[in-house]
Amino acid sequence: MDYATLLQMLDTTLRLATPLLFACLAGLYSERAGVFDIGLEGKMLMAAMCAGSVAYLTGSVWLGMLAAIGGSLIFALAHGLASITFRGNQLISGVALNFVASGITVLVALALFDQGGRTPPLEGGARMAEITLPLAETLRGVPVLGPFYADVVSGHPILVYVGLLMVPATWWLLFRTRFGLRLRAVGENPASVDTAGVSVKRLRFAAVLIAGVLCGLAGAYMATGLQAGFGREMTAGRGYIALAALIFAKWRPWHALWACLLFGFFQSLALRPDVLANIGLKIPVPALDALPYVLTVIVLAGLVGKAIPPRAGGEPYVKER
Amino acid sequence: MTKLPTWADVVLVPLISLLLAALVSALVLLAIGQSPVEALSVMVKGAIMSPYGWGYTLYYATSFIFTGLSVTVAYHAGLFNIGSEGQAQLGGLGVALCCLFLPWPHWSLALLGAMAAAALFGAAWAAVPAYLQARRGSHIVITTIMFNYIAAALMIYLLVDFLRPQGSMDPASARFPAVVSLPKFHELPLIGDFFLRYTPDGQVRLNPQGLPMYQKVPANISFFLAILACIGTWILLWHTRLGYMIRAFGKSEKAARYAGISAVKITMITMLISGALAGMMAINNVMGQAERLLQNSAEGAGFIGIAVALMGRNHPIGVFLAAILFGFLYQGGAALGLETTIPIELRIVVQGLVILFTGALDQMVRMMLGVFFRPRQA
Repeated sequence: MDYATLLQMLDTTLRLATPLLFACLAGLYSERAGVFDIGLEGKMLMAAMCAGSVAYLTGSVWLGMLAAIGGSLIFALAHGLASITFRGNQLISGVALNFVASGITVLVALALFDQGGRTPPLEGGARMAEITLPLAETLRGVPVLGPFYADVVSGHPILVYVGLLMVPATWWLLFRTRFGLRLRAVGENPASVDTAGVSVKRLRFAAVLIAGVLCGLAGAYMATGLQAGFGREMTAGRGYIALAALIFAKWRPWHALWACLLFGFFQSLALRPDVLANIGLKIPVPALDALPYVLTVIVLAGLVGKAIPPRAGGEPYVKER
Repeated sequence: MTKLPTWADVVLVPLISLLLAALVSALVLLAIGQSPVEALSVMVKGAIMSPYGWGYTLYYATSFIFTGLSVTVAYHAGLFNIGSEGQAQLGGLGVALCCLFLPWPHWSLALLGAMAAAALFGAAWAAVPAYLQARRGSHIVITTIMFNYIAAALMIYLLVDFLRPQGSMDPASARFPAVVSLPKFHELPLIGDFFLRYTPDGQVRLNPQGLPMYQKVPANISFFLAILACIGTWILLWHTRLGYMIRAFGKSEKAARYAGISAVKITMITMLISGALAGMMAINNVMGQAERLLQNSAEGAGFIGIAVALMGRNHPIGVFLAAILFGFLYQGGAALGLETTIPIELRIVVQGLVILFTGALDQMVRMMLGVFFRPRQA
């Protein structure tokens, strides 16, 4: 494998890792606050459909992005209502919302465009423009690092950079602010937060809604940045891979970044079977597709350190009377 | 919150949940400019107003009974098995290997063999998540989701690289030999008469050999095995020592441990039974209908099992009724896709809403009902 191919693969890795990263951070907020979120997949799918449709109808990618966040937030609210307000089963709620999203996106896309559940291809202002970072071309001459900067780091839609910036931002918010401390506490021991006079419900709703916004960005990026329009089931299990990455990262923001980049790299490998064949490895493509899931099971099995979820995760909080 | 009488909890809560799901679906239909009344009438007409429709409704219901029971058994031990889908895919592999590579003299023997293979493969696929839950405490929901994806990848690999006949393009196995073909409803004595074809003047239509012609339906004798599975599950859960241990463990793990019930053993055994039930679904769809192994053979029936179990309140009778309801939804949904411009995906929306209302918003439904059952003030 030569350097140019490697750069190409890393470029694809970053592109494919971005939706995973947004969804993974979304799950991080939600689960750190003690609300399991199996529904990342559905929220992303809903967001992708809203982004694709509105961007096509208005010709503006930014209105599409707002619609994506709105669509995702509706599902986040439903999840919050079921799992926080009515203290229902969070896992079942997530699974249910995934099905609803899977069906409703196709229904709406068919009703709006009648193109087999797709949105028409997006062009021009309806797509997310790729940004060339400053000095990318001037620095290209620098050996090794120059092409890396110009080809891998530069030249992505803005949401890729937003996603990368969300990692330190999330770390700061969760580990350096009062809100973050309370949010983590509510996932470990909600009674203590309640005793301190802070509303458990409000904190958990905040976390679930933040997750909704992040999933909205993930879906908007998928429909207007990564691809030019929405297609049925376009998230293709990414919500679950993000969940896998979250466990792999043991619910920590920086580790989430590395986990998403790793899983993004597997996805880019699965797109390029020729690369593996060239270095003499014959791995069937389905095996590469399954790799993130197998890795997650291995992590869960405790073979690579123990993954301990937030203690109060999945349990609705009942205020004592 | 007011405690509901048992009959309300068992009958009213699922019914109200179903109504709410139907109401939201109707709103969705109105929002996309379709008529909910027309949709319902097409579904009823396509699924239950003719023997032909019933032939499909009961075919789907058979699969859903198996996966619904699979989710039910796990649920009673406090385990949420989302992996029925993957376990059913593997069950299909077991059936395919059994039917393709063993020389069966008669379909009845092949059926016994295929059932054993399907159960074995389904249970094997549930074994790893079960072990991880029992020994390592890894959450069964996450591991079974992962195993669904791994199963999908594994099946593509096996179908494309091994089971696909030479020269064939689509990822599917060869056809099973004709001898293992299971009798369909239209080939059975007595029941078959419902599926006779008639000429416009009311005469039974005959083929050139002078034999009566039948409408071909996919429902087959595995439907009766599904009923047996319901009875078996009922006996297992409420009339055996093991069933008692499963339910005790599900109600309170601590109390069960104190009573000397081994958590590891119960988790393993329950998940193996659950996986075996999910796997056995394959005798209906793979052996009974497709008669070859297709990619994604389970077609989401494993997930519908979740809805069926929740809707059926995790009781075999409830599962049976809910499975028929979902069979109606599936066949009716197919009729919608054929006869109207309403997309077939409507059934996934309904399925999701039923899971949401029966599984996650059940407290809300109880609160709504509680208003009517408040004890009278003296």
